[in-house]
Amino acid sequence: MLLNQFLLLSAVLFSIGVYGVLARRNGVLVLMSIELILNAVNINLVAFGAFRATVGGEVFALFIIAVAAAEVGVGLAMVLLMYRNRRSIDLTAIDQLRG
Amino acid sequence: MTALAALEGMDRLTSGEALVAQNVAFAIMAITMVVAALRMVTTRNVVHAALYLVVVLAGVAGQFLLLGAEFVGVTQVMVYIGAIVVLFLFGIMLTKGSFGEDDGVSSEKRLMAGLVGLLVFGVMAAALVDSFEDAEVAREAPSTTAEVSDSIFSTYIVPFEAVSVLLLAALIGAIVVARKD
Repeated sequence: MLLNQFLLLSAVLFSIGVYGVLARRNGVLVLMSIELILNAVNINLVAFGAFRATVGGEVFALFIIAVAAAEVGVGLAMVLLMYRNRRSIDLTAIDQLRG
Repeated sequence: MTALAALEGMDRLTSGEALVAQNVAFAIMAITMVVAALRMVTTRNVVHAALYLVVVLAGVAGQFLLLGAEFVGVTQVMVYIGAIVVLFLFGIMLTKGSFGEDDGVSSEKRLMAGLVGLLVFGVMAAALVDSFEDAEVAREAPSTTAEVSDSIFSTYIVPFEAVSVLLLAALIGAIVVARKD
C-alpha cells in the first residue's frame, strides 16, 4: 500500500472537517466536525508510524484519542451551559465580543 | 511490499493477492468514509449527523487495522463509537428544543467555507504528492499491544502522565462548568 493513499484520505477528511466547522451553526455539530479533524490527524500518525516501522505514531494516536475525549467533555459542558443561559446553541448568535 | 501477518496466515493468498485485497478494502472504506463525512457536514438532521459520524469513525478504525495498528483500532471503537458518540447523542438530546434542524450559515458563507476547505485540501494534497510520491507502507507484521504499552511506559512516560493530568483537569472542568447552582 502506498503511504500517500492514507495521507490523502486524511487530507480529504480534514478538509471536510474544516468545512463543517465553518459552515455549521449548531454547537454540537461544530464539535463533531472537530472530531473529524482529530481523526484525520490520527490516520496520519498511524500511517507514518507504519511507514517508519515504529510504534511512536500509534502511541501518539492514543494520546490524541484521550485528548479528544477530554475536549468533547469540556466542549459539551460549555454547549449545555450556553443552552441553559440562552435557550439556544446557535453559534452565530454569540456575538457580544464583536467589535 | 509484504502483506500483513494476519493476511499471510491465510496461505491461499500470495503476497500480491493480499496486497490487492488490502487495496480493495482500503478503497471501499475510503469511499464510504468520505461519503459519510460529506453527509455529516451537510445533513439537516442533527441525529443523522451523529450516526454518519459513527460510520466515519468505524472507517477510521478499519484503516487502523489495515495499517496493522490493532490496539489503536480497538481503542478507537471503544472510546469513539462507544463513549464519545453516546456523549454527542446526549448533548443533542439535552439541547434538542433549540435546534431541531441545523440549516447552516447563509449560502454565501457556506460557499466561502467550501472554498476554504478546497484550498486546504489542495495545498495539503500538492505537498503530500510532492513529498511522498511512491513511498510504501513497509510494515512486516502488525504491532502488538505489548510493544505499544512498553513504548508508552518507557519512552513516552512523561506525555502519558501529562495526558492523565489533562483528563483529570478536563473532568473537573466539565463538572464545574455544567453543574447547576
